[in-house]
Amino acid sequence: MSSELIKKYFRYNRLPHIWCPGCGHGIILRSVVEAIDELGYSKDEVCVVSGIGCSSRAPGYLDFNTLHTTHGRALAFATGIKMANPNLKVIVITGDGDCTAIGGNHLIHAARRNIDITTIVFNNNIYGMTGGQYSPTTPQGEKGTTAPYGNIDKNFDLCELAKAAGATYVGRSTAYHAKLINKLVKAGMQNKGFSFIETVSVCPTYYGRKNKKGNAVNMMKFLKDNAVNVKAARALNDEQLKGKFLIGELYKSVEPEYTDEYKKIINSFQKER
Amino acid sequence: MEKKVKLMQGNEACVEGAIAAGMRFFAGYPITPSTEIAEFSAQKLPRVGGKFIQMEDEIASMAAIIGASLTGLKSMTATSGPGFSLKQENIGYASIAEVPCVIVNVQRGGPSTGLPTSPAQGDVMQARWGTHGDHPIIALTPSSVRETFDLTVKAFNLSERYRVPVVLLLDEVIAHMREKIEIPSKDEIEIINRKKPKVNIEDYKPYETDDSDLVPAMASYGEGYRFHVTGLVHDETGFPSNSPVVAEKLIRRLIDKIEVNKEDIILYEEYNLEDAEIAIVAYGSTARSAKSAIDMARDEGIKVGLFRPITIWPAADKIIEKLSKRVKTIIVVEMNLGQYVYEIERIASKNCSIKSYGRVNGELITPDEILDKIKEV
Repeated sequence: MSSELIKKYFRYNRLPHIWCPGCGHGIILRSVVEAIDELGYSKDEVCVVSGIGCSSRAPGYLDFNTLHTTHGRALAFATGIKMANPNLKVIVITGDGDCTAIGGNHLIHAARRNIDITTIVFNNNIYGMTGGQYSPTTPQGEKGTTAPYGNIDKNFDLCELAKAAGATYVGRSTAYHAKLINKLVKAGMQNKGFSFIETVSVCPTYYGRKNKKGNAVNMMKFLKDNAVNVKAARALNDEQLKGKFLIGELYKSVEPEYTDEYKKIINSFQKER
Repeated sequence: MEKKVKLMQGNEACVEGAIAAGMRFFAGYPITPSTEIAEFSAQKLPRVGGKFIQMEDEIASMAAIIGASLTGLKSMTATSGPGFSLKQENIGYASIAEVPCVIVNVQRGGPSTGLPTSPAQGDVMQARWGTHGDHPIIALTPSSVRETFDLTVKAFNLSERYRVPVVLLLDEVIAHMREKIEIPSKDEIEIINRKKPKVNIEDYKPYETDDSDLVPAMASYGEGYRFHVTGLVHDETGFPSNSPVVAEKLIRRLIDKIEVNKEDIILYEEYNLEDAEIAIVAYGSTARSAKSAIDMARDEGIKVGLFRPITIWPAADKIIEKLSKRVKTIIVVEMNLGQYVYEIERIASKNCSIKSYGRVNGELITPDEILDKIKEV
């Protein structure tokens, strides 16, 4: 299955990828591509946009219309693309730093507009490409090269942020829960509006090493042991949920979509003529 | 579109020109004194099936027009000083990724928040060198409302023709001045569209240039070519490369595609220069004061004329060099403390003396002041 997917959707001559051994990004990317395949979209109608960072190299490996933009700005470029051609299925692949530090403003406003873009955050809790500085999702107290004495910044809950800003589909999965990523991406892409999917990845090279999390296998085991599906969580009490994080479909609603609303304005003038 | 006569503001003429040129996407963020460009675009674009979006900031606006242009729509943004500074990183992106787009900068007093409602011409160097690295740019400077219309069309044409971001450098005077103008009919306006690929989908290389103009053909997202675009140094396939050979080749081609096509790009106006011993170099609204000063000086028998760069970047170096061999002195008059004068010095200082006259108090330079300066020489 994997090799068929690679043949069909990857730019084979662009491989091998730049990701470190043990990085979770490859697993996530496979699940994303599987989801696109299962939805049956043609390669020409899919457009994948990224910013800068480890995750943001993903579009280069994929045989779609692809755009690798400036740091933090993927959603702003993607907004231009979607507005200009609403027929394109626009996916943004971004990292935690890219999407929520330098790009935080674009995230909340894209969500507020409910523009039909599916944003997939590859969250490895660190700035990987620049060598391990703390990001907006690095847990308090943990270390990065710019937090040598422990990070005192409070970390974002990305899904709560997206939901509060107006995203109409919000979900979270992890590199360990690959099948769930597939399910969330499919649902997100079918949602007519802004969809936000956080995928918790692992960075053994920087985050793991710096914070003594063990090797890649241990880090994946951490995801397995600490992620609780939102449905299962309903049966658990606060004590049982302490230190855990929720995965699954976290929020869903139906709201007017941005390009549809603008189309109505254009159409009102066509009737006039 | 039929020929019509209207009383119009520079900012409005810019939008009329843009729509006539085929603009169908505008993204912007309000900032004085460019705001009317966004307002008119919001009003007019949906009427012609185009799209307007007010983005969350200037950076996002620049990003959005690049995205829209890659999808095939002619795109523009408009801003003023501080906003122009914010856009610079993505202007560099448009340069290296060769994405056609137009950026209007209605200059105001600076630096920083400066004088929001007062005119200045302080962004001349920023227009050329605002972003990092070596890169091409074209910048045009109108001196009237009608010319703002014409140069906006020209800005789109040059941008599409050479796949380069084009800056329309207005000043607040031209942007807010109202003049009676005749808008040309549709068949009087020349429209240039980007070169589309003719090769099979599997043979398309987005940055391959066969033609001597050094400009690659450009597909749009969704058309079936499925190409990759990046701000990283890339080879002809569009994919990143660290090779020094590839880097040098790409950056040199970007610069050369403007250099080799300079004759098509450079526009200028000469006024009373035939027998002139003194030449004034002025652009934008300052050129209007300079013309009056020249008329006054001529009445007193002083042989002075005007060279008005319309394409301010790239500079009309060959023409200015020739001029510098004919005159004794060039006076560069600009609403800054000396910016374009550096370019004139570079080109002409070996042939004639060069003087700079400028002001930065948010007020126009008057004909009398220029006349005094002429008399000093």
